[in-house]
Parts: sequence; structure tokens; C-alpha cells
Amino acid sequence: MGSLAFVVRRLLGAIPTLAVIVALSFLLTRLAPGGPFDQEQALPPEIRANLEAAYGLDQPMAVQFGRYVRGLLHGDFGPSFKYRDFTVTELIGSGLPVSLTIGLAALLLALLLGVPAGIWSALARGRWPDRLLMSFAVAGISVPVFVIAPFLALAFGIWLRWLPVAGWAPGRLSDLVLPVVTLALPVVAYLARLMRGSLLEVLRAPWIRAARARGLPARVVMLRHALPAALLPVVSYLGPATAAVLAGSLVVETIFGLPGLGPHLVQGALNRDYTLVMGMVIVYAALMIALNLVADLVYAWLDPRIRGERRR
Amino acid sequence: MKRGLWRDAFRELAADRAATAGLAVLAILLLAAFAGPAFLDYREDEIDWTSIAAAPFATDGHWLGTDRLGRDLLVRTLFGLRVSLAIALAATLVSLVIGVAWGAIAGYLRGRTDALMMRFVDVLYALPQVFFVIILTVVFGRGPLTLLVAIGAFGWLTMARIVRGQAMSLREREFVEAAIVGGSRTPRILLRHIVPNLLGPVIVYATLLVPQVILVESFLSFLGIGIQEPLASLGNLIADGAAEMETAPWMLAVPAGCLVLLVFAFNFLGDGLRDALDPRDR
Repeated sequence: MGSLAFVVRRLLGAIPTLAVIVALSFLLTRLAPGGPFDQEQALPPEIRANLEAAYGLDQPMAVQFGRYVRGLLHGDFGPSFKYRDFTVTELIGSGLPVSLTIGLAALLLALLLGVPAGIWSALARGRWPDRLLMSFAVAGISVPVFVIAPFLALAFGIWLRWLPVAGWAPGRLSDLVLPVVTLALPVVAYLARLMRGSLLEVLRAPWIRAARARGLPARVVMLRHALPAALLPVVSYLGPATAAVLAGSLVVETIFGLPGLGPHLVQGALNRDYTLVMGMVIVYAALMIALNLVADLVYAWLDPRIRGERRR
Repeated sequence: MKRGLWRDAFRELAADRAATAGLAVLAILLLAAFAGPAFLDYREDEIDWTSIAAAPFATDGHWLGTDRLGRDLLVRTLFGLRVSLAIALAATLVSLVIGVAWGAIAGYLRGRTDALMMRFVDVLYALPQVFFVIILTVVFGRGPLTLLVAIGAFGWLTMARIVRGQAMSLREREFVEAAIVGGSRTPRILLRHIVPNLLGPVIVYATLLVPQVILVESFLSFLGIGIQEPLASLGNLIADGAAEMETAPWMLAVPAGCLVLLVFAFNFLGDGLRDALDPRDR
């Protein structure tokens, strides 16, 4: 089984998941009582009928769904019901680069901080660096992003005045520091705990003792044998970590005033703007699936046993 | 034998300082949330025009200050705590009932039923949960009941997986075999023999599920798509506080502190229970 076949199979496997997500989000939004044109003042029936006809809402559900899917395949997410001047595709196009930038930066930062912190903690087991790091980790897991974000903005933006409280200008890196750090912190905490536990377990394994018994230097045992195996749970966690970062980005983008996808989704939910909410959810789902795929590939690369298997 | 397990677990829990501290904090918070407002001078929606956005201890009667509408912050936070707790406990109960029933049936019956039921769980697992909860709030409108349904709709998945695994191993045990031979029918075996024996892991997971539910509810309320004014939850109180943090940081600090304390307490208690009830560590 070549690794190309493995990649192709995993890619094909993602399609049904995405299809279920598209179908379910379509069905759920159409089930909703009341429509996007419900307002304080009821519209005259003729105007309402014309509006619904213009957006194709008077068609049978199956026709609407067919039209929506055909649009999606051409990269067309349909019109936004509330932002009349924009299509959902345009709103996604403007928000996606911002959300991708802070999301990927946060994941990268979390890996760069969390994994070494976990290794250090495992090696210093029971001594003060371990206790200190794990106390921070417990705090990082229990304190949600929507509490961290305002406090960091208050401390570094308002009291210390080191960084801007909110705002966004293309290319201005100082705007990104607080959002990325906020998003990364809970993931750092989780990764550190995960890495510590996993490394401690691997170091107790018989094949590590065997490697030591063969007389391999400690550094080689660590780098060649222990670390790759200990990294496996960390890689599996990349999927859930992506979900956490994407959910957190809704909060972070709202608080720090970043023009990402998050504010559109929140506004869409408040306005009951079906197409916008569906489009956003589909994009977020696709991002999650993509990162899960990357995680799978890295996992297979680290653990050759996976590649040959038919099923996980 | 069963009684021995519970007594051992209780003794071990009592010896765990973090867990007992968590339990004590939880008891205090619960008492404060459900009984506390009755002993305070203000109601949660009462506006005191003489003290708008007052700092803690600045005016008589408002121990932790007031918000920008002159509502007592302590009373409002306790009220929000009550709403958050009520939703979390109810959603956890829903998840528990569905998850235990689903997992026990799938694990006990095995075969095609099991495969089909767990396939369904797998599909729901693959969905981006937070985003589907948001879709559900769009569909059913914003409010406590929607939150309960939307969070409960996903909360039972992990419970079902845990219970299924336990049920699969329990059905191989002698006492289940004896019940089958003795002529008990499947529902009776499930209720009398399987479910009571998997209560340990269920209690542990339920305790750890509550803080997760609290965080999801507060997250949505923070974004404005959960609990709506004039109702309060810790989430929308934190959002209100974040909007005023430059001039009145206590409006942020009080509900945020309360939420963090609550989540910490549940996590410590859950970890303690896991150590006490998990037979693998003994």
C-alpha cells in the first residue's frame, strides 16, 4: 500500500462527512419556523411572495437543495439574506484569510510551546518545574477563551498599553499578538498535559528499556525512540484542537474586532440569515476535516503500522 | 461487594484534598445561587437609580457594586449562576439518560443493532458540534430551552461510547449469564443487572460533563446567541462586563471569577471521583 493511495483514500473518506454536514445544515435551517424576512412589522403578502420568489424559497425543498448543492460545487454559497449587497461567497472570501491566519498561527504557537513544556514537565517529574507547569496547565484548561481574552486586553491593551486593544490593519503584526496568544493558551495547556502523560508512559515501556539495555546513548533513546512514539497522542489531538481553536476564534474575532469569519457567523445567527450561517458552518466544517486529514497523515508518517490497515 | 466498592470510593474521595475542596466550593456556590438572593436587599432586575455602575463596597447594600443600569452585581451574578447551573444540570441529565440507554442497549445486544447505533453516534461525532449548536439556536430561537436541547443533543455521545464498552464486558459476566438462564427478559437484565453496575464510570463522566456544558452555554451566551437579557447567565454577564472593562473592571471580574471557580470545582471533584471509582488504579 503506497502512501499516495493512503492519501487518496483518506481524501475520499472526507467526502461523505462533508455531504452529511451540508445536508443536515440545509435541512435544519429549512425546518425553522419563521423566515429571514420576519420583521417587527409584517410584510404585505405580495412583497413577501416576491421576495421569496426572488430567493427561490417558494420552490419545493428538493429543488432548493439541488440548486444549493449545484451552487456549492461551483463555489457559490448563495446570496446573504440580510447583507443584500454581498453574496455569502464574498463574505467568506473576505473573512477566511484573517481566520486562517490567526487560527494556524495559534495552532503553531500552541505546538511550539505545549510540546516542549510537556517534555520538560515529564523529565522534571515531581520537581518544581513540573508542579509549576502543571498548575498553569490546569488553569489553562479551566479558564475559557472568553474570560482570557478580555483580561489580556485589559492588562496588555489598557493598563500596560503595550499592544492595541482591538483593531486590524493588513500586515500590522501587533494586532495579531493578543488574539493568537489568547487562542493558543488553552491548547498549550492541554498539549502540555497530554505530552507529559504520554512521554511518561512511553518511557516506562519495555522497548525503551531494551533500547537502553543495548547501550544506546540517552539522547538517541529519547530522540529516536521515545519522542516519536510519545508524539502520537499529540497528533491525534490536533483534530479536537482545531475544533477548539475555531470555536475560540468566534470569541477572539468578536472581542478584538478582527474581520474574520466569526463575526459573520454570529451576526448571521442573530439575524437568522440561513444561507450565511450554512455557508459559514460548511467552511468551518471543511477546515476541521482538512486539519483532521493532515493529522491523520502525520500520524501515519510517525506510525507505519497505520498505513497498511484497512480501517482505523 | 458493591457496598464495599462505594464505601472504599467514599473513603478515598474524603482523603483527596482537591476533591473535597471542590465539593465544598460547589456546595457553597449551589447554596448561594439558589438560596442566597433571598437574603439580599435587591432583586436581580431591580434598578437602583442612585447608584449606577457603583464600585464594590462604594455604596450601602451593593457589596460587589452595580452594573451600568444600577442593578446589584452580586445578586445578578448569583442569578446568572443559577441559570447556568440549571441549564448545565438539566442538559447533563438529558445526556445521561440518552447516553446510558443508548450505550447499554447497543453494548448488550451487540451485532447489527450495535453496529447501526454506534454508526449513528460516529456520524454525530464527526459534526462540528459548536457550530451545529449555533444552527439549532437559529432554528429554535434563542433561549434556555433551545440551549438545553441543542447541548443535550450532542452531550450524550461520549456517554454512550463509555457505557457501551462497559456493557459489552458486563454481559460476559456470570451474574448476567445466571439471569439469562434464570429466564429474565432483556429489559429486566438491562435495568437490574447492567445499568446499576456501570454507575461508577457514569457518575465520573457526568461530573466532568457538567463543567463542559457550563462552558458551552456561557460561550453562546457571551456571543449573544444563548441566554438573552433580562435573563442573566454567567456568559452574558461576562460579555456585559467585557464591554465596560475600561471604566468598571469589577463588572468583568465578578462573573468571570464565579465561572472560573465553578469550573475548577467541578473539574477537581470529577478528577477525584475518577481516582476513587476507577478500579484500574488500585
